[in-house]
This record gives sequence, C-alpha cells and structure tokens, in this order.
Amino acid sequence: MNDMTHKGLDLATQTAKISASGVQVHYGTNHALKDVDVTILDRTVTAFIGPSGCGKSTFLRCLNRMNDTVASCRVSGQILLEGEDIYDRRVDPVQLRAKVGMVFQKPNPFPKSIYDNVAYGPKIHGMTRNKAELDAIVEASLRKAALWNEVKDRLDATGTGLSGGQQQRLCIARAIATSPEVLLMDEPCSALDPIATAQVEELIDELRHQYSVVIVTHSMQQAARVSQKTAFFHLGNLVEFGETGAIFTNPKDTRTEAYITGRIG
Amino acid sequence: MTDISAAGAMPATQPKNSLFVQDDLTRRRNAAEARFKWYGIVAIVLSLSVLAIMLFTIFRDGTSAFRQASVAFPITLEADILDPNGARDPADLAKVTTIGYGNLIGQQFANFLTAEGITVEGISDKDISGMISRDAPGRLRDMVLADPSLIGQTIDFNAYATGRIDGYMKGRVTLETAELDSNVSLEQLQLADQLIARNILTSGFNSGFLTNPDASDQRPESAGLGVAIIGSLYMMMLVLIFTLPVGVAASIYLEEFAPKNRLTDLIEVNISNLAAVPSIVFGILGLAIFINFAGLPQSSSLVGALVISLMTLPTIIIATRAAIRAVPPSIRDAALGVGASKMQTVFHHVLPLAMPGILTGTILGLASALGETAPLLLIGMVAFVTNYPAGPFDGGVMDPATALPVQVYSWASRSDPAFIERSSGAIIVLLAFLVIMNVAAILLRRRFERRW
Repeated sequence: MNDMTHKGLDLATQTAKISASGVQVHYGTNHALKDVDVTILDRTVTAFIGPSGCGKSTFLRCLNRMNDTVASCRVSGQILLEGEDIYDRRVDPVQLRAKVGMVFQKPNPFPKSIYDNVAYGPKIHGMTRNKAELDAIVEASLRKAALWNEVKDRLDATGTGLSGGQQQRLCIARAIATSPEVLLMDEPCSALDPIATAQVEELIDELRHQYSVVIVTHSMQQAARVSQKTAFFHLGNLVEFGETGAIFTNPKDTRTEAYITGRIG
Repeated sequence: MTDISAAGAMPATQPKNSLFVQDDLTRRRNAAEARFKWYGIVAIVLSLSVLAIMLFTIFRDGTSAFRQASVAFPITLEADILDPNGARDPADLAKVTTIGYGNLIGQQFANFLTAEGITVEGISDKDISGMISRDAPGRLRDMVLADPSLIGQTIDFNAYATGRIDGYMKGRVTLETAELDSNVSLEQLQLADQLIARNILTSGFNSGFLTNPDASDQRPESAGLGVAIIGSLYMMMLVLIFTLPVGVAASIYLEEFAPKNRLTDLIEVNISNLAAVPSIVFGILGLAIFINFAGLPQSSSLVGALVISLMTLPTIIIATRAAIRAVPPSIRDAALGVGASKMQTVFHHVLPLAMPGILTGTILGLASALGETAPLLLIGMVAFVTNYPAGPFDGGVMDPATALPVQVYSWASRSDPAFIERSSGAIIVLLAFLVIMNVAAILLRRRFERRW
C-alpha cells in the first residue's frame, strides 16, 4: 500500500536511498514497531510525524543501528541502504554510521573546541592526510551548517559555550563533516527557539540538495515546511506515507486526518 | 466554598482567613520545620565537637613528640680506646663495641661537667652518664666507622637526652613523680636544671622523629617514623600501580562493554560485597596466599601493598563506575553517531570526562588504604624494624618495613610514657598525609572538572 502511495510522485526522478520492508522492533516484550515499509528517496527530506511513543524515533534509530546500544532491542525485517542490508552480519555499524549521520534531539556537542567537534569524525575515519585538508573540511562543514560566520574567529572556544541554536548547528556540522549520504534528525528543533528553528529549517532545505534527510518532528507545520514526503506513525504502525502536500491536504486514513487536525495525539 | 465567598466579601472583617494570621496547620508545619532545623544543627554541632575534642587531645599529647631535648658537649675520640692498634683498620675499628663508646661518652661527659664546674651533691657517675640516651654510643660509633679520621680529634657531639630528662623539660616528669620513678633520680633533675641554665641541655625540633627508625623500650627518645613513612610510601605507590589500571579496566568493561546478564549482576553484587568485607579477613587471605603459598617475604611492603590492593580495588571500581555512569549518555550517542567505535567513544570522550571522578575516587581509596592497620598486623608489618628498607629499585619493597598506622598501634601498646607522646605524634603525621591526599583530590577535581 505504501509503495502505491508514492508511485505516482513527481519526485520519481529521485532514486531510492533506503528501502525498509517488514521492519519489526521489540523492546523486551514491548512490540514497538509493527511491520513498517518505507522507501526514503535520495536528495529528499522525509518527515516522520506522529504522537509520542508511536515508534517514529525508534524507526529512525534503526536506520543507522543506534538501537544496537539498547540491550533489550530486537530488530527484524529488512532495511536496505543502496541495496545492502544494513542488519547483515557482515555490516560493521561503525562504517554504517559514517554513511548515515545523526543529529539528536538535544544539542550534544563534545565538551571540546568547536574545531575539534567538527574535526572528530573526519579524524577517526582517516579522511584527511594533513592539517590543511582537515581545516578545509571543518570550514566547509561549518559553512554548510550556516555557522561559519558566527564562529570563524573562535574555533578554539568550547562548543558547549555556544547558544542552543548554535550548538545544534554545530552538531549538524559535525554530522555532515564525515560526508554522510543520509542525515537522520531526531526532533532537531525541539530544544530551540523559533528563530533558531527557522535557521535550522533553512539549513535542512539547503542540505536536501546533497543529502537524503530524514527528520522526526512533533511540529506538523515544520513537517509541512521542510519535507517533501511525510510518514505518519501511530501506535507502532505506519499509518500513511506519501507526498507531504497530499498527507496534509488530503489524508487517506481517518487516523491521519484526526492527528493533523489535532483530535488525537 | 465559604472561602470563595469570604474572599469576595470584605477581607478585613474576616480575620480568620487573613494572610497575616497563620492558621493551625501552617503553624504546626512551621514548628515542625523549625524543630527539624534544630535537630540538624544539634547533630552537626555534636559531631563537630567530637571531632574537635579528638583533634585537641591528639595535638595536646602529640605536638611534644616534635620536640626533643638534647645535650651538646665536646667529646675527644681517644685513639687508645677506639683504635688500640693505631692502624685505622676498619676491621679493628669495628671490634670496639657500643659498650666501649658508651664508657667513653659517659667519661667525657662527666669530665666536661667537672671542667665547667657543674656539680650536684651526691650524684653518681652512673646518674651522669644515664642522662644521655643509650642511642648515643651507637650513633657515635657509626660516625667514627664512617669517617675514621675523626679518631683523636675533639668534636662537638650532640646526643639525645633520655626520655625522662626530655619529659622533665616538657613537664611530663616532675620532682614528685621522679621520687617514685626508678628510671630517674632527683639528682639527675637537679643537674638537668643546671644544664638548662647553662644552655647545654636544650630542646629543639625533633627531625629524628620523622627520620629515625623505631627504637627499643629503653630509648624512646630515638624512636622515629622513618621506616614507617618509607613503608607507607612504598605501599601507596605499589597500591596505586596495582589498583588503578586493574580497577579502571574492570570498571570500563563492566560499565560499557559487558552484557547485562546474571553473571555480570553477580559480579556487581560481589564487588559491592568485597568492599564491605572486614579488613582483617584480607589479612588472613594475604597471610595464606602471599606469604605461605607464594612465599613472599613477610613484613614486606610488597605483601602489605598486595593485601591493601585487594581491599582498595572494590572501592576504586565503585568510584570509577560511578564516574563513568555520570557521563551523560548524549555524549556517547554523539560519538557513536559520527561513527566512532565503542572503544573510541570510551577513550576519546567518556574516560576524559570521567577522569576527575576516577582520580578523586582513587586518591580517597588510597587515603583509606593509608590508614589501614588490621591486615598489616597479620602479615607481620607490626614487627620491630630498625633497618631502613633499600631503595625502591633495589628490592626495597621486599625488605621488612612497618606502616604509619601500625607504628601508632605498636607505640601505643608500649609502657614508657614517652611512647604515648610519640604515638600521638605519629597520628599527627598520618593525619597530615591524609589531609595532603584529600587536598590533592579536591585540587585535581577542580582542575579537570569540565561541564557539558
């Protein structure tokens, strides 16, 4: 059914980056995610919406195997990144996470300098041969994250000393410094004020030209503003997945309609 | 209901609901709060005063240990007594025992007093030489053996006065107590008065208390903490070397890598239990394993350090795990999110942030290990050790040594009152070390503390 909803999209020119089918997630005895099928396109912003506890963050964390750190979590089903099953036994989650970057709900810069925050990923992945290349990556990432002009004079200052919005953009810069192919964002603006939110949203729109972005959000306006495709989760089920405009103007499922009009959730 | 209508009416005519008057419930609650504050204040004052009394008694009894009376007089090292052959042959020199030196010192001291015109009626030669510590002949002999060219010369000799004369200068021995005391005579005290007046008998800072080895019951004046301090330092160094790497590695594994299952739960419970095992049990264990089974030398700081390491390890593991757990999970997520491996996450981010906590825990663990006595009694570190252990790289950790708290214990159990004073003095030294370690812990925490 989900496949059908996005078949007739004008986004059809984009290729599928991630395709998930039959994904089930259990936390111990709790069945958190039930049989989810989603295809995430390249160079597209996909928004996951739904009430708290509906499984959207869980699904997001499946996409770069951050759920591995939760001992009680079991994932079944298939998630293909460019045709490769990321839960295959041969896959090293460390390599996967270099390809699929993540930005978290709460800004979490390392208690190190701004430079070191951004340079950390490239360093551990051995992406540079010398300081000049690293400097270039740091500058490029900070520019892409629209933070360069604000911090270029104080790259040695600690990252935790920045304001909340700047910290979150620093985290985005850190995530894109490793040149990921997919960027996962777990409610990136929930801790930010409207101005910082607007900056981050603008940034997400910029990032769309290079990356495939998946964003979990509680704000339906945000989903409508930044995303091209939207998935609505409810009680662990993927209820509806389709073009953002269609979901918000013409939801097919009554639950979706109830949620976006504010009657549930 | 009535309240609402009352609020609508004139407040002034309703004194019962006025904010200026406390109602019964509020008054009871405030009274309970005031009582609770007082309980707290009383508890704190009580514990502080107990601490103050303890410190007061220790310092009252112990500070005098840092002063020692000594007698200064010239002594001629007569060649025909010390080197009858005149060949300055070390083997010959070594044949003269401390008895020979003792006679020489007694004689020279008596001669000196006569020459100075100091006499006390009815004093015997034995009383005169008895004012000088029995430690003096040995020290003079060591001086001569180290430098035979001194023979024949007249040198200024500075000898400890005996414990009783020292006590007289500190007010512990009086003319009344001397009458009942077979170890000191009234004539000796009268002579002491004259010597004090002539500045021959003086009291000064007792550096020997910190450097000398232990001494027998007959000469408390020369007993010092030298061996105990070295033994304690060796033990602390070894404990640090043994426990820090093992403790930190164990904590990191348990906290970050170990799967959460029955086995790790069991290990966790047992680590906490180990921290609560009475220390004497570790002493028995050390005796059985390290000395009887492994054959390590008893009384050595190595065995002491091994035993204390067993005791300190759980403390360090618990402190380190708490420090690691205090690092917010968002930092781990951030590192994993940019593709760091688990090990990189731990060593690049978690461990540096946990470091202040780990160091503080380690130092506090070491501080409690420094004061540990019971297990050391069982592995023979309570021995009477008068030889310094060798240097740390010359196998000194295998040499017999004592430790500060054990020295406190063994002095406190001796009969001479001069040892009681030294026992309290040793406690002061021990407390000084503990204060230094605690201050170091605080400074390290301040220095490395980072916010996130």
